[in-house]
Amino acid sequence: MITGTTFWIATAIKVFAIVFGLVNLGAILLWVERRQSALIQDRMGPNRASIKLFGKEFRVAGLLHSAADGVKMLWKEDFVPPGADKLLYQLAPVISLVPPLCLFAVIPFGPSIYPDNLRRVFGSEGWNAAASYIPLHISMADSGILVVFAMASSGVLGAALAGSSSDNKFSLLGGIRAASQMVSYEVTMGLSLVGSFMVFQTVRLEQMVQWQVDHVWGIFVQPLAFILFFTAAVAETKRVPFDAPEGESEIVAGYFTEYQPMKMGMFALGELVEVMTSSALITTIFLGGWQFPFLKLDGFHLEMFGIAKPIVLSHLAVVIISAITFVVKVGLLVLLQMQIRWTLPRFRYDQIMKLGWRILLPASLINILLTGIVLLFVNAR
Amino acid sequence: MQLVPTLIQALTAVDTAGSLSLRYQYGPIFAMLGFALVVAGAVFSLATFLGPKNPTPEKLIPYESGSPTTGAKHVRLSVKFYLTALLFVVFDIEAVFLYPWAALYQSLGWQGFVEMFVFLAALSIALIYCWKKGALEWET
Repeated sequence: MITGTTFWIATAIKVFAIVFGLVNLGAILLWVERRQSALIQDRMGPNRASIKLFGKEFRVAGLLHSAADGVKMLWKEDFVPPGADKLLYQLAPVISLVPPLCLFAVIPFGPSIYPDNLRRVFGSEGWNAAASYIPLHISMADSGILVVFAMASSGVLGAALAGSSSDNKFSLLGGIRAASQMVSYEVTMGLSLVGSFMVFQTVRLEQMVQWQVDHVWGIFVQPLAFILFFTAAVAETKRVPFDAPEGESEIVAGYFTEYQPMKMGMFALGELVEVMTSSALITTIFLGGWQFPFLKLDGFHLEMFGIAKPIVLSHLAVVIISAITFVVKVGLLVLLQMQIRWTLPRFRYDQIMKLGWRILLPASLINILLTGIVLLFVNAR
Repeated sequence: MQLVPTLIQALTAVDTAGSLSLRYQYGPIFAMLGFALVVAGAVFSLATFLGPKNPTPEKLIPYESGSPTTGAKHVRLSVKFYLTALLFVVFDIEAVFLYPWAALYQSLGWQGFVEMFVFLAALSIALIYCWKKGALEWET
Protein backbone atom coordinates (compact mmCIF):
# COMPACT_ATOMS: atom_id res chain seq x y z
CA MET A 1 0.00 0.00 0.00
CA ILE A 2 1.12 3.53 -0.56
CA THR A 3 2.15 5.41 2.56
CA GLY A 4 3.07 8.90 3.66
CA THR A 5 1.87 12.06 1.95
CA THR A 6 0.59 10.26 -1.15
CA PHE A 7 -1.71 8.19 1.05
CA TRP A 8 -3.25 11.26 2.63
CA ILE A 9 -3.69 13.01 -0.73
CA ALA A 10 -5.41 9.90 -2.13
CA THR A 11 -7.57 9.69 1.02
CA ALA A 12 -8.55 13.36 0.72
CA ILE A 13 -9.60 12.85 -2.92
CA LYS A 14 -11.60 9.72 -2.07
CA VAL A 15 -13.32 11.34 0.94
CA PHE A 16 -14.21 14.42 -1.08
CA ALA A 17 -15.54 12.36 -4.00
CA ILE A 18 -17.65 10.06 -1.79
CA VAL A 19 -19.19 12.71 0.47
CA PHE A 20 -19.86 15.12 -2.37
CA GLY A 21 -21.14 12.33 -4.58
CA LEU A 22 -23.52 11.03 -1.92
CA VAL A 23 -24.94 14.47 -1.11
CA ASN A 24 -25.51 15.33 -4.78
CA LEU A 25 -26.87 11.88 -5.59
CA GLY A 26 -29.32 12.50 -2.74
CA ALA A 27 -30.70 15.47 -4.65
CA ILE A 28 -30.90 13.42 -7.84
CA LEU A 29 -32.65 10.59 -5.99
CA LEU A 30 -35.29 13.08 -4.88
CA TRP A 31 -35.99 13.68 -8.58
CA VAL A 32 -35.88 9.95 -9.38
CA GLU A 33 -38.35 9.28 -6.60
CA ARG A 34 -40.78 11.95 -7.81
CA ARG A 35 -40.64 10.84 -11.43
CA GLN A 36 -40.90 7.16 -10.51
CA SER A 37 -43.90 7.74 -8.26
CA ALA A 38 -45.48 9.75 -11.10
CA LEU A 39 -44.91 6.85 -13.49
CA ILE A 40 -46.38 4.35 -11.02
CA GLN A 41 -49.42 6.51 -10.30
CA ASP A 42 -49.95 7.45 -13.96
CA ARG A 43 -49.44 11.19 -13.70
CA MET A 44 -46.94 13.68 -15.11
CA GLY A 45 -44.81 14.42 -12.06
CA PRO A 46 -42.87 17.66 -11.56
CA ASN A 47 -41.71 19.11 -14.89
CA ARG A 48 -42.15 22.89 -14.64
CA ALA A 49 -38.90 24.21 -13.19
CA SER A 50 -36.81 25.54 -16.03
CA ILE A 51 -33.66 27.51 -16.72
CA LYS A 52 -33.32 30.13 -19.46
CA LEU A 53 -30.16 29.86 -21.53
CA PHE A 54 -29.66 31.92 -24.75
CA GLY A 55 -33.34 32.79 -24.83
CA LYS A 56 -34.43 29.15 -24.73
CA GLU A 57 -36.14 27.35 -21.86
CA PHE A 58 -34.61 24.11 -20.65
CA ARG A 59 -36.65 21.88 -18.36
CA VAL A 60 -34.32 18.85 -18.15
CA ALA A 61 -37.26 16.52 -17.36
CA GLY A 62 -37.93 18.18 -14.00
CA LEU A 63 -34.42 17.65 -12.67
CA LEU A 64 -34.21 21.33 -11.76
CA HIS A 65 -36.97 20.93 -9.18
CA SER A 66 -34.43 19.46 -6.75
CA ALA A 67 -32.13 22.47 -7.20
CA ALA A 68 -35.04 24.88 -6.88
CA ASP A 69 -36.16 23.10 -3.72
CA GLY A 70 -32.70 23.39 -2.21
CA VAL A 71 -32.52 27.13 -2.90
CA LYS A 72 -36.05 27.70 -1.63
CA MET A 73 -35.40 25.76 1.59
CA LEU A 74 -32.22 27.72 2.35
CA TRP A 75 -34.05 31.06 2.15
CA LYS A 76 -36.99 30.05 4.35
CA GLU A 77 -37.39 31.44 7.85
CA ASP A 78 -35.56 29.39 10.43
CA PHE A 79 -36.12 29.58 14.17
CA VAL A 80 -35.87 27.45 17.30
CA PRO A 81 -39.19 26.88 19.11
CA PRO A 82 -39.02 28.61 22.51
CA GLY A 83 -39.90 25.44 24.44
CA ALA A 84 -37.27 23.32 22.72
CA ASP A 85 -33.93 22.24 24.14
CA LYS A 86 -31.71 24.63 22.14
CA LEU A 87 -28.60 22.46 21.86
CA LEU A 88 -30.17 19.05 21.24
CA TYR A 89 -32.78 20.48 18.88
CA GLN A 90 -30.07 21.96 16.64
CA LEU A 91 -27.75 18.96 16.98
CA ALA A 92 -30.34 16.39 15.86
CA PRO A 93 -30.37 17.11 12.08
CA VAL A 94 -26.55 17.07 11.99
CA ILE A 95 -26.47 13.75 13.86
CA SER A 96 -28.96 12.20 11.46
CA LEU A 97 -26.98 13.30 8.37
CA VAL A 98 -23.34 12.68 9.35
CA PRO A 99 -23.30 8.93 10.33
CA PRO A 100 -24.89 7.63 7.11
CA LEU A 101 -22.25 9.56 5.16
CA CYS A 102 -19.40 8.14 7.27
CA LEU A 103 -20.76 4.62 6.97
CA PHE A 104 -19.36 4.56 3.44
CA ALA A 105 -15.78 4.69 4.78
CA VAL A 106 -15.31 0.90 4.87
CA ILE A 107 -17.27 -0.03 1.73
CA PRO A 108 -15.02 -0.91 -1.24
CA PHE A 109 -16.17 0.60 -4.54
CA GLY A 110 -13.57 -0.97 -6.79
CA PRO A 111 -10.45 -3.18 -6.81
CA SER A 112 -7.14 -1.71 -5.68
CA ILE A 113 -5.41 0.50 -8.26
CA TYR A 114 -1.73 -0.13 -9.07
CA PRO A 115 -0.68 3.20 -10.64
CA ASP A 116 2.55 1.72 -12.10
CA ASN A 117 0.76 -1.18 -13.83
CA LEU A 118 -2.23 0.53 -15.40
CA ARG A 119 -1.60 -0.71 -18.96
CA ARG A 120 -0.51 -4.25 -18.04
CA VAL A 121 -2.69 -7.28 -17.49
CA PHE A 122 -3.06 -8.30 -13.82
CA GLY A 123 -0.30 -10.67 -12.76
CA SER A 124 1.32 -10.75 -16.23
CA GLU A 125 5.00 -10.33 -17.12
CA GLY A 126 6.33 -6.96 -16.10
CA TRP A 127 3.63 -6.66 -13.44
CA ASN A 128 5.25 -5.12 -10.39
CA ALA A 129 3.31 -6.64 -7.47
CA ALA A 130 5.56 -4.94 -4.93
CA ALA A 131 4.55 -1.54 -6.31
CA SER A 132 2.45 0.65 -4.11
CA TYR A 133 -1.29 0.42 -4.64
CA ILE A 134 -4.27 2.61 -3.81
CA PRO A 135 -7.21 0.71 -2.27
CA LEU A 136 -10.57 1.91 -3.60
CA HIS A 137 -12.16 2.18 -0.18
CA ILE A 138 -11.48 4.87 2.34
CA SER A 139 -10.52 3.04 5.51
CA MET A 140 -8.47 -0.14 5.92
CA ALA A 141 -9.74 -0.69 9.47
CA ASP A 142 -9.45 -4.25 10.81
CA SER A 143 -12.80 -3.84 12.55
CA GLY A 144 -14.55 -3.51 9.16
CA ILE A 145 -18.22 -4.18 9.65
CA LEU A 146 -18.12 -2.93 13.27
CA VAL A 147 -17.57 0.58 11.92
CA VAL A 148 -20.71 0.14 9.84
CA PHE A 149 -22.78 -0.90 12.86
CA ALA A 150 -21.30 1.86 15.04
CA MET A 151 -22.37 4.44 12.47
CA ALA A 152 -25.77 2.84 11.83
CA SER A 153 -26.52 2.87 15.58
CA SER A 154 -25.66 6.56 15.89
CA GLY A 155 -28.34 7.24 13.29
CA VAL A 156 -30.96 6.32 15.92
CA LEU A 157 -29.80 9.23 18.06
CA GLY A 158 -30.75 11.82 15.46
CA ALA A 159 -34.41 10.81 15.31
CA ALA A 160 -34.69 10.18 19.06
CA LEU A 161 -33.11 13.53 20.00
CA ALA A 162 -35.22 15.40 17.46
CA GLY A 163 -38.35 13.89 18.92
CA SER A 164 -37.55 14.47 22.57
CA SER A 165 -36.09 17.99 22.24
CA SER A 166 -38.80 19.60 20.09
CA ASP A 167 -41.38 20.22 22.83
CA ASN A 168 -44.20 18.75 20.75
CA LYS A 169 -46.17 15.64 21.64
CA PHE A 170 -46.32 14.46 18.02
CA SER A 171 -42.54 14.79 17.76
CA LEU A 172 -42.10 12.89 21.00
CA LEU A 173 -44.29 10.04 19.79
CA GLY A 174 -42.47 9.95 16.45
CA GLY A 175 -39.07 9.99 18.12
CA ILE A 176 -39.94 7.12 20.44
CA ARG A 177 -41.42 5.08 17.61
CA ALA A 178 -38.32 5.74 15.52
CA ALA A 179 -35.96 4.72 18.32
CA SER A 180 -37.76 1.49 19.19
CA GLN A 181 -38.24 0.51 15.54
CA MET A 182 -34.63 1.19 14.60
CA VAL A 183 -33.10 -0.66 17.56
CA SER A 184 -35.40 -3.62 16.90
CA TYR A 185 -34.30 -3.98 13.30
CA GLU A 186 -30.66 -3.38 14.18
CA VAL A 187 -30.70 -6.67 16.09
CA THR A 188 -31.76 -8.48 12.92
CA MET A 189 -29.25 -6.54 10.83
CA GLY A 190 -26.46 -7.61 13.15
CA LEU A 191 -27.49 -11.25 13.52
CA SER A 192 -28.39 -11.93 9.88
CA LEU A 193 -24.82 -11.11 8.82
CA VAL A 194 -23.22 -13.62 11.23
CA GLY A 195 -23.83 -16.43 8.71
CA SER A 196 -22.02 -14.43 6.04
CA PHE A 197 -19.03 -13.91 8.32
CA MET A 198 -18.92 -17.67 8.94
CA VAL A 199 -18.75 -18.31 5.20
CA PHE A 200 -16.37 -15.47 4.30
CA GLN A 201 -14.22 -15.99 7.45
CA THR A 202 -13.68 -12.27 7.83
CA VAL A 203 -15.42 -9.12 9.00
CA ARG A 204 -13.60 -6.85 6.54
CA LEU A 205 -15.71 -5.83 3.58
CA GLU A 206 -12.89 -5.75 1.00
CA GLN A 207 -11.97 -9.34 1.91
CA MET A 208 -15.64 -10.37 1.59
CA VAL A 209 -15.67 -9.00 -1.96
CA GLN A 210 -12.42 -10.83 -2.69
CA TRP A 211 -13.99 -14.10 -1.46
CA GLN A 212 -16.97 -13.52 -3.73
CA VAL A 213 -14.69 -12.80 -6.70
CA ASP A 214 -12.85 -16.08 -6.02
CA HIS A 215 -15.93 -18.23 -5.30
CA VAL A 216 -19.59 -17.22 -5.76
CA TRP A 217 -21.73 -14.24 -4.80
CA GLY A 218 -22.94 -14.10 -1.21
CA ILE A 219 -26.61 -14.33 -2.19
CA PHE A 220 -26.05 -17.91 -3.39
CA VAL A 221 -24.50 -19.10 -0.11
CA GLN A 222 -26.71 -17.01 2.20
CA PRO A 223 -30.09 -16.53 0.48
CA LEU A 224 -32.09 -16.33 3.74
CA ALA A 225 -29.69 -13.78 5.21
CA PHE A 226 -30.11 -11.66 2.08
CA ILE A 227 -33.88 -11.46 2.55
CA LEU A 228 -33.55 -10.78 6.29
CA PHE A 229 -30.89 -8.12 5.87
CA PHE A 230 -32.72 -6.42 3.01
CA THR A 231 -35.94 -6.22 5.04
CA ALA A 232 -34.10 -4.91 8.09
CA ALA A 233 -32.22 -2.36 5.99
CA VAL A 234 -35.46 -1.05 4.45
CA ALA A 235 -36.98 -0.81 7.95
CA GLU A 236 -33.88 0.99 9.21
CA THR A 237 -34.34 3.82 6.69
CA LYS A 238 -37.79 4.57 8.22
CA ARG A 239 -39.43 4.88 4.79
CA VAL A 240 -42.76 3.48 3.60
CA PRO A 241 -43.87 0.75 4.41
CA PHE A 242 -41.93 1.14 7.69
CA ASP A 243 -42.61 4.86 8.19
CA ALA A 244 -44.66 4.68 11.41
CA PRO A 245 -42.22 7.20 13.03
CA GLU A 246 -43.31 9.89 10.58
CA GLY A 247 -46.79 8.67 9.64
CA GLU A 248 -48.40 11.91 8.45
CA SER A 249 -51.97 10.70 8.87
CA GLU A 250 -51.43 9.94 12.57
CA ILE A 251 -48.73 12.19 14.04
CA VAL A 252 -48.35 15.11 11.55
CA ALA A 253 -44.74 14.50 10.50
CA GLY A 254 -43.37 12.57 13.45
CA TYR A 255 -40.04 13.53 14.92
CA PHE A 256 -39.36 16.43 12.53
CA THR A 257 -42.72 18.19 12.91
CA GLU A 258 -41.11 21.23 14.56
CA TYR A 259 -38.25 21.65 12.08
CA GLN A 260 -38.03 24.39 9.46
CA PRO A 261 -37.46 23.51 5.79
CA MET A 262 -33.70 23.07 5.50
CA LYS A 263 -33.33 21.21 8.78
CA MET A 264 -36.21 18.98 7.76
CA GLY A 265 -34.34 18.65 4.46
CA MET A 266 -31.28 17.41 6.35
CA PHE A 267 -33.38 14.60 7.82
CA ALA A 268 -34.72 13.79 4.36
CA LEU A 269 -31.24 13.88 2.85
CA GLY A 270 -29.96 11.64 5.64
CA GLU A 271 -32.74 9.19 4.80
CA LEU A 272 -31.83 9.16 1.09
CA VAL A 273 -28.13 8.71 1.94
CA GLU A 274 -29.16 5.81 4.18
CA VAL A 275 -30.98 4.24 1.23
CA MET A 276 -27.79 4.49 -0.81
CA THR A 277 -25.47 3.20 1.91
CA SER A 278 -27.72 0.27 2.77
CA SER A 279 -27.88 -0.63 -0.94
CA ALA A 280 -24.09 -0.40 -1.09
CA LEU A 281 -23.81 -2.70 1.94
CA ILE A 282 -26.17 -5.27 0.42
CA THR A 283 -24.25 -5.08 -2.85
CA THR A 284 -20.95 -5.60 -1.06
CA ILE A 285 -22.00 -8.50 1.14
CA PHE A 286 -24.49 -10.35 -1.07
CA LEU A 287 -24.13 -9.24 -4.69
CA GLY A 288 -20.40 -9.52 -5.24
CA GLY A 289 -19.53 -5.88 -4.58
CA TRP A 290 -17.75 -4.34 -7.54
CA GLN A 291 -17.44 -7.61 -9.46
CA PHE A 292 -18.85 -7.78 -12.97
CA PRO A 293 -20.07 -11.37 -13.63
CA PHE A 294 -17.25 -13.58 -14.91
CA LEU A 295 -14.75 -10.70 -14.72
CA LYS A 296 -11.62 -11.60 -12.77
CA LEU A 297 -8.75 -9.22 -12.14
CA ASP A 298 -7.07 -10.18 -15.44
CA GLY A 299 -10.13 -10.25 -17.71
CA PHE A 300 -13.24 -12.26 -18.52
CA HIS A 301 -13.24 -15.98 -17.70
CA LEU A 302 -15.89 -17.75 -19.79
CA GLU A 303 -14.89 -21.40 -19.30
CA MET A 304 -18.50 -22.11 -18.34
CA PHE A 305 -19.63 -21.29 -21.89
CA GLY A 306 -16.96 -23.39 -23.56
CA ILE A 307 -14.53 -20.55 -24.25
CA ALA A 308 -11.31 -21.91 -22.80
CA LYS A 309 -9.17 -18.84 -23.38
CA PRO A 310 -9.86 -15.88 -21.08
CA ILE A 311 -10.48 -12.51 -22.70
CA VAL A 312 -7.67 -10.47 -21.19
CA LEU A 313 -8.17 -6.82 -20.27
CA SER A 314 -5.69 -4.26 -19.00
CA HIS A 315 -5.70 -3.37 -15.31
CA LEU A 316 -7.15 0.10 -15.98
CA ALA A 317 -10.08 -1.32 -17.98
CA VAL A 318 -10.87 -3.83 -15.21
CA VAL A 319 -10.84 -1.09 -12.56
CA ILE A 320 -13.14 1.16 -14.60
CA ILE A 321 -15.59 -1.65 -15.44
CA SER A 322 -15.65 -2.74 -11.77
CA ALA A 323 -16.31 0.74 -10.40
CA ILE A 324 -19.13 1.29 -12.92
CA THR A 325 -20.55 -2.15 -12.02
CA PHE A 326 -20.65 -1.16 -8.35
CA VAL A 327 -22.55 2.05 -9.11
CA VAL A 328 -25.03 0.20 -11.36
CA LYS A 329 -25.70 -2.50 -8.75
CA VAL A 330 -26.26 0.09 -6.01
CA GLY A 331 -28.50 2.09 -8.34
CA LEU A 332 -30.66 -0.94 -9.14
CA LEU A 333 -31.08 -1.73 -5.44
CA VAL A 334 -32.03 1.89 -4.73
CA LEU A 335 -34.66 1.71 -7.48
CA LEU A 336 -35.97 -1.53 -5.96
CA GLN A 337 -36.28 0.14 -2.54
CA MET A 338 -38.16 3.05 -4.13
CA GLN A 339 -40.42 0.62 -5.97
CA ILE A 340 -41.24 -0.98 -2.61
CA ARG A 341 -41.95 2.46 -1.16
CA TRP A 342 -44.50 3.28 -3.84
CA THR A 343 -46.08 -0.17 -3.92
CA LEU A 344 -46.85 -1.08 -0.31
CA PRO A 345 -49.05 0.81 2.16
CA ARG A 346 -47.76 1.69 5.62
CA PHE A 347 -47.62 -1.14 8.16
CA ARG A 348 -49.17 -0.64 11.56
CA TYR A 349 -46.74 -0.03 14.42
CA ASP A 350 -47.46 -3.34 16.16
CA GLN A 351 -47.08 -5.18 12.84
CA ILE A 352 -43.65 -3.62 12.37
CA MET A 353 -42.49 -4.61 15.84
CA LYS A 354 -43.91 -8.12 15.53
CA LEU A 355 -42.22 -8.65 12.16
CA GLY A 356 -38.91 -7.59 13.68
CA TRP A 357 -38.97 -9.59 16.91
CA ARG A 358 -41.17 -12.60 16.13
CA ILE A 359 -40.21 -13.43 12.55
CA LEU A 360 -36.92 -11.83 11.51
CA LEU A 361 -35.03 -12.40 14.79
CA PRO A 362 -35.83 -16.15 15.14
CA ALA A 363 -35.21 -16.58 11.41
CA SER A 364 -31.75 -15.03 11.70
CA LEU A 365 -30.93 -17.32 14.65
CA ILE A 366 -32.05 -20.32 12.57
CA ASN A 367 -29.92 -19.05 9.70
CA ILE A 368 -26.84 -19.10 11.96
CA LEU A 369 -27.63 -22.66 13.07
CA LEU A 370 -28.16 -23.90 9.48
CA THR A 371 -25.00 -22.21 8.24
CA GLY A 372 -23.03 -23.74 11.12
CA ILE A 373 -24.26 -27.26 10.39
CA VAL A 374 -23.74 -27.02 6.63
CA LEU A 375 -20.23 -25.59 7.00
CA LEU A 376 -19.33 -28.33 9.48
CA PHE A 377 -20.29 -31.03 6.98
CA VAL A 378 -18.70 -29.26 4.01
CA ASN A 379 -15.41 -28.93 5.90
CA ALA A 380 -15.55 -32.52 7.23
CA ARG A 381 -15.77 -33.94 3.71
CA MET B 1 -8.65 12.04 30.79
CA GLN B 2 -6.02 9.53 29.73
CA LEU B 3 -8.04 8.83 26.60
CA VAL B 4 -6.94 11.76 24.43
CA PRO B 5 -3.14 11.30 24.76
CA THR B 6 -3.55 7.54 24.27
CA LEU B 7 -5.58 8.15 21.14
CA ILE B 8 -3.02 10.61 19.76
CA GLN B 9 -0.21 8.18 20.53
CA ALA B 10 -2.04 5.33 18.83
CA LEU B 11 -2.77 7.41 15.74
CA THR B 12 0.82 8.63 15.36
CA ALA B 13 2.56 5.31 16.07
CA VAL B 14 4.75 3.82 13.33
CA ASP B 15 3.82 0.67 11.40
CA THR B 16 4.36 -2.62 13.18
CA ALA B 17 4.96 -5.84 11.28
CA GLY B 18 1.89 -7.67 9.99
CA SER B 19 -0.63 -4.94 10.54
CA LEU B 20 -1.21 -1.39 9.44
CA SER B 21 -0.73 1.24 12.09
CA LEU B 22 -3.88 2.68 13.56
CA ARG B 23 -3.07 5.97 11.84
CA TYR B 24 -3.66 4.40 8.43
CA GLN B 25 -6.60 2.31 9.64
CA TYR B 26 -8.64 4.97 11.38
CA GLY B 27 -7.18 8.26 10.16
CA PRO B 28 -9.29 8.16 6.97
CA ILE B 29 -12.47 7.51 8.99
CA PHE B 30 -11.80 10.60 11.07
CA ALA B 31 -11.06 12.54 7.89
CA MET B 32 -14.39 11.43 6.48
CA LEU B 33 -16.17 12.26 9.75
CA GLY B 34 -14.59 15.71 9.70
CA PHE B 35 -15.55 16.42 6.10
CA ALA B 36 -19.10 15.15 6.60
CA LEU B 37 -19.37 17.42 9.66
CA VAL B 38 -18.14 20.36 7.57
CA VAL B 39 -20.74 19.68 4.87
CA ALA B 40 -23.57 19.22 7.39
CA GLY B 41 -22.42 22.28 9.35
CA ALA B 42 -22.30 24.39 6.19
CA VAL B 43 -25.86 23.45 5.20
CA PHE B 44 -26.99 24.00 8.79
CA SER B 45 -25.44 27.46 9.17
CA LEU B 46 -26.56 28.61 5.71
CA ALA B 47 -30.12 27.68 6.66
CA THR B 48 -29.76 29.49 9.98
CA PHE B 49 -28.37 32.76 8.61
CA LEU B 50 -29.90 33.18 5.14
CA GLY B 51 -33.61 33.24 5.90
CA PRO B 52 -35.65 36.19 7.18
CA LYS B 53 -36.25 36.51 10.91
CA ASN B 54 -39.80 37.41 11.78
CA PRO B 55 -41.04 35.25 14.66
CA THR B 56 -44.60 35.92 15.81
CA PRO B 57 -46.25 34.34 18.89
CA GLU B 58 -48.50 32.24 16.64
CA LYS B 59 -45.52 30.87 14.75
CA LEU B 60 -43.72 29.86 17.89
CA ILE B 61 -46.40 27.69 19.52
CA PRO B 62 -45.99 23.92 19.01
CA TYR B 63 -47.71 22.55 15.89
CA GLU B 64 -50.53 20.65 17.58
CA SER B 65 -53.66 21.35 15.54
CA GLY B 66 -53.87 24.97 16.74
CA SER B 67 -54.91 24.18 20.29
CA PRO B 68 -52.52 25.02 23.14
CA THR B 69 -50.38 22.13 24.26
CA THR B 70 -51.48 20.36 27.42
CA GLY B 71 -49.65 18.39 30.08
CA ALA B 72 -46.01 18.24 31.10
CA LYS B 73 -43.19 18.51 28.58
CA HIS B 74 -42.19 14.90 28.89
CA VAL B 75 -45.16 12.59 29.19
CA ARG B 76 -44.91 9.19 30.83
CA LEU B 77 -44.36 6.52 28.23
CA SER B 78 -45.64 3.00 27.96
CA VAL B 79 -43.39 0.46 29.64
CA LYS B 80 -43.28 -1.44 26.32
CA PHE B 81 -40.65 0.96 24.99
CA TYR B 82 -38.32 0.28 27.94
CA LEU B 83 -38.76 -3.45 27.39
CA THR B 84 -37.81 -3.01 23.75
CA ALA B 85 -34.68 -1.12 24.79
CA LEU B 86 -33.72 -3.89 27.25
CA LEU B 87 -34.27 -6.61 24.66
CA PHE B 88 -32.19 -4.63 22.19
CA VAL B 89 -29.25 -4.42 24.60
CA VAL B 90 -29.39 -8.18 25.26
CA PHE B 91 -29.54 -9.26 21.61
CA ASP B 92 -27.24 -6.65 20.13
CA ILE B 93 -24.48 -7.52 22.58
CA GLU B 94 -25.06 -11.15 21.69
CA ALA B 95 -24.50 -10.25 18.04
CA VAL B 96 -21.21 -8.52 18.86
CA PHE B 97 -20.09 -11.61 20.85
CA LEU B 98 -20.83 -13.75 17.80
CA TYR B 99 -18.69 -11.78 15.31
CA PRO B 100 -15.19 -12.96 16.32
CA TRP B 101 -16.51 -16.52 16.66
CA ALA B 102 -18.16 -16.33 13.23
CA ALA B 103 -15.02 -15.05 11.52
CA LEU B 104 -13.00 -17.95 13.01
CA TYR B 105 -15.75 -20.59 12.80
CA GLN B 106 -14.28 -22.72 10.02
CA SER B 107 -11.01 -23.22 11.90
CA LEU B 108 -12.68 -24.12 15.22
CA GLY B 109 -14.34 -27.39 14.17
CA TRP B 110 -16.77 -29.30 16.37
CA GLN B 111 -15.62 -27.58 19.55
CA GLY B 112 -16.51 -24.12 18.28
CA PHE B 113 -19.87 -25.37 17.04
CA VAL B 114 -20.88 -26.89 20.38
CA GLU B 115 -19.60 -24.04 22.55
CA MET B 116 -21.33 -21.31 20.64
CA PHE B 117 -24.59 -23.11 20.11
CA VAL B 118 -24.90 -23.67 23.85
CA PHE B 119 -24.65 -19.87 24.14
CA LEU B 120 -27.17 -19.40 21.33
CA ALA B 121 -29.55 -21.93 22.90
CA ALA B 122 -29.46 -20.03 26.20
CA LEU B 123 -30.40 -16.85 24.37
CA SER B 124 -33.13 -18.58 22.40
CA ILE B 125 -34.60 -19.74 25.70
CA ALA B 126 -34.47 -16.11 26.87
CA LEU B 127 -36.32 -15.06 23.71
CA ILE B 128 -38.98 -17.74 24.20
CA TYR B 129 -39.35 -16.68 27.85
CA CYS B 130 -39.87 -13.01 26.82
CA TRP B 131 -42.39 -14.15 24.22
CA LYS B 132 -44.36 -16.22 26.70
CA LYS B 133 -44.28 -13.44 29.31
CA GLY B 134 -45.84 -11.08 26.75
CA ALA B 135 -42.87 -8.79 26.13
CA LEU B 136 -43.37 -9.21 22.38
CA GLU B 137 -46.99 -7.98 22.34
CA TRP B 138 -47.70 -4.54 20.98
CA GLU B 139 -51.44 -4.50 20.36
CA THR B 140 -52.50 -3.17 23.76
